[in-house]
Amino acid sequence: MAAGKIDPMHQFTIEPIAGSFQGANPFVFTNSALWLLIVLGTLYVFMLGGMKRQLIPGRWQVAVEGLTGFVDSMVTQSIGPQGRKHMPWVFTAFTFILFANLMGAMPFGIIPGAHPFTVTSQFIITGVMALISFAIVLGVGFYKHGLRFVSLFWPKGMPLLLKVPISLIELISFLVRPFSLGLRPFIAMFAGHILLEVFGNFIVRGFLASGTGVLVSILCFLFVAFVSALELLVGAIQAYVFALLTSLYISEAEHLH
Amino acid sequence: MDLASAKVIGAGLAAIGVGFAATGVGIVFGQFLNSALRNPAAADGQFPRLIFGFAAAELLGLMAFAVAMIILYAV
Repeated sequence: MAAGKIDPMHQFTIEPIAGSFQGANPFVFTNSALWLLIVLGTLYVFMLGGMKRQLIPGRWQVAVEGLTGFVDSMVTQSIGPQGRKHMPWVFTAFTFILFANLMGAMPFGIIPGAHPFTVTSQFIITGVMALISFAIVLGVGFYKHGLRFVSLFWPKGMPLLLKVPISLIELISFLVRPFSLGLRPFIAMFAGHILLEVFGNFIVRGFLASGTGVLVSILCFLFVAFVSALELLVGAIQAYVFALLTSLYISEAEHLH
Repeated sequence: MDLASAKVIGAGLAAIGVGFAATGVGIVFGQFLNSALRNPAAADGQFPRLIFGFAAAELLGLMAFAVAMIILYAV
């Protein structure tokens, strides 16, 4: 990578590990699938290690109970007491995005031959998760309120002349929700990893060039260290925002304003 | 002007949006601190709204950054 053009998009390519894309074969084990399995395995081990139900919890159990308690309090705060039944999906989305973001920010690249891959940097993954959230909102709304769910778009307490355009705007903003919900975690991971790749390249190039280049690469190294820390923070915040927005949308469908 | 220089200029123009998003994030946290110091008891309850506003402002900046990177490297 040291010579030639910087290619920060290469880290997002999905390549087959077993099998190949030739011959319209739909069953290909790609690096995306491998990293999905790794994230899932980490999550499984983490949750299983803490589900001991001891009266005096160890450190691991405290970590797991803190995570579940955090999501539980968020769901009950935003939806209310009937939010408990939506806890499984919100918790799944939160922990999956959190673990995928954190695993993507880990420096697995220092192992020779390992090609780390962030699964949430693909819009297909976050987009499908956003669509599931949207489907839950629609399902809850229409199951609980029937066609009265449409009154979500009809504002109250203003002249009729204003109600019509505002309800149109409300409808559009409702329909854009799954897109913006899925775009947010995707674009955060996408932009962060491009930034790391570009400035990582600057470090190497600065050392290859002599003189002031070394100074530039030291500055770039400090910047990359800072951005890596920020990436961990952003990964956690994006997972939190996805879970929070999902529970807020479900709360709207449950209560209709 | 050839394509390569137009690309670099376009990427630079696209990166202006990041600065405006930085202003937005500053406004979100600044206003939060401003009101949190007036009423510290109510501040903790507004933490989800703070994070939501931060995420919304940050997303737009990240989009500008991603557009710049796509112009620079992927087009």
